[in-house]
Amino acid sequence: MIGVSNRTEPQSLTKGPGRQLFERAVHHGGFIAGTAIVLVVFAAAIGAGVLSPYDPYIQDLGSRLIPPVWQDGGSWKHPLGTDHLGRDYISRLLHGARISLLIGCVTVAISGTLGTILGLVAGYFGGRVDAAIMFLITVRLSMPVVLVALAIVAIFGGSLTIVMIVLGLLLWDRFAVVIRSSTQQIRDLDYITSARALGCSTPRIIASEVLPNVLNNLIVVATLEMAHAITLEAALSFLGLGVQPPLPSWGLMVAEGKDMLLFDPWLIAIPGCALFALIFAINLVGDGVRDITAPESRS
Amino acid sequence: MEPAAAQIPLELKGVSKVYSVSRGYFKKDGQLHAVKKIDLKLKSGEVLGLVGESGCGKSTLAKLLLGLIAPSVGEVRVHGQSYASHDRIWISERIQPVFQDPHSSLNPRKSVREIVTAPLRVHKSGDPENWDKRVTETLDLVGLPRRLMDSYPSQMSGGQRQRVAIARALILRPRIVICDEPTSALDVSVQSQILNLLMDLRKELSLTYLVISHDLSVIEHIADRIAVMYLGRIVEEAPAREIFSRPRHPYTKALLESVLSPNPELGVPDVHLAGEFPNPLEPPTGCSFHPRCPMAQGDCSGTEPQERIEGEARIACMHYDSGGGQFMADAKP
Repeated sequence: MIGVSNRTEPQSLTKGPGRQLFERAVHHGGFIAGTAIVLVVFAAAIGAGVLSPYDPYIQDLGSRLIPPVWQDGGSWKHPLGTDHLGRDYISRLLHGARISLLIGCVTVAISGTLGTILGLVAGYFGGRVDAAIMFLITVRLSMPVVLVALAIVAIFGGSLTIVMIVLGLLLWDRFAVVIRSSTQQIRDLDYITSARALGCSTPRIIASEVLPNVLNNLIVVATLEMAHAITLEAALSFLGLGVQPPLPSWGLMVAEGKDMLLFDPWLIAIPGCALFALIFAINLVGDGVRDITAPESRS
Repeated sequence: MEPAAAQIPLELKGVSKVYSVSRGYFKKDGQLHAVKKIDLKLKSGEVLGLVGESGCGKSTLAKLLLGLIAPSVGEVRVHGQSYASHDRIWISERIQPVFQDPHSSLNPRKSVREIVTAPLRVHKSGDPENWDKRVTETLDLVGLPRRLMDSYPSQMSGGQRQRVAIARALILRPRIVICDEPTSALDVSVQSQILNLLMDLRKELSLTYLVISHDLSVIEHIADRIAVMYLGRIVEEAPAREIFSRPRHPYTKALLESVLSPNPELGVPDVHLAGEFPNPLEPPTGCSFHPRCPMAQGDCSGTEPQERIEGEARIACMHYDSGGGQFMADAKP
């Protein structure tokens, strides 16, 4: 009988890759903390309609600039106070989470798809295709994102859709660069050659052999770019060229509060802290994913 | 008598592969002859060993045989039919590879089941309901326990991984298997298990093998016939016992002397020859081996040696005297 000699090989006791990932994730404090905060923000965004005590658009000029509950003059009627138009601040904050996460997710979906396809194609085919795509990346890198975004928004007018499309078309470069270099590392490995020797088509090889092996890098870049997109939206809204009032965007809330900075600093501090916490948490998740998927690269 | 073309499982006819290599702006591209004018026939059911130093064109030859690259000149034929007239699916049903390092030849993100089923899926072979049964059969055939079916490559030993690679190569039941250094990445203790497995499978499935290796002891163990490559050419081809008992080409002699090194840690044998391995972009004139050949004479650098046939052997050296089996240079006083 064939294969009797196999008796000498012990059954492997190591765990499968999925199980290993899970165990590393559970023991990674930063990843857990980051995921928790991001989930809280997601819950806030989804449940904004139910959780908000007031409609975020309703103005009540009789109760303007009420401070939050922990300051003198604050009350539980408006836990985080009201803004200069008397709108409930916590309701605006909760609805603002929707805008930030929507911008983050849609932008990453557009830029991630674009950058991943370009990176896979450049890395897998190499040669002239690679040179052409590298040229595109260089062109993109030579454009300052904020200036280009400002120019486009100035021409087409600011709106949520425009901001998402513009950021999506501007932030694909890091995806392309990272995916390209990880594709180059694996395209000459023997399992790619085996797949070709099996008669697999090139799209199939890219989708089923290359893509799963660059996925962890893709997730890391996606989290960082999501944080990047949210900050850029806040910056554009602050400059008045992003999301337009009366939509409750966190960047816009900071912008609207800047005139009251001296006497009512909480108007800026609250949305600022929310932005900081979300971006910090997303970056923690990104760092965590990198550590969990590639523990050997941790320094 | 020549066997009918359809009886020869695999045949290379005057195959050359030339790469052009850029040498910078304003310079003409270099011509790299990775393999040059190779004629080779595999007989049904035999094991042909292909040996040579690294960089001699063994791997290019393997890619040509797998149909992954097309020859610049000449043609590759399977059962008398040229690769040029068939697609890769057709070729891959008949010929499959087993690679050197089972760590890089198996996708780390796929389970054994997915890896071994992939050929069936790509070839849309038979009823998908039977795929699991066929995978199990093939795992039994290569001696892999069924409980490893849903394991991942990182959970297995080198020997088990190589068995998975062999199972993937065999599930479509090809007639020819190209083994590119099938054991050199494995522990010494596992090497012989894998070699024995390959030999058992040859009987069971009547396979024809081309085994590429720099390790002459592996080749000696399994090959019926051996072809020795140097700088893209086959310099000698003969039955295995003749290569080991009576090497004809000076390069074969040098290779055999180098293999006697007792230290297995050395890896690629150190060939004790004068001079460096030549730059393949500027190969030596005449016989490409002459700068390092201990028997070289004046005319070796001028003329390319013609192939001579002696019994079952072929040799490309003009100073080999077939009559006496000796080199003319040796015969001189």
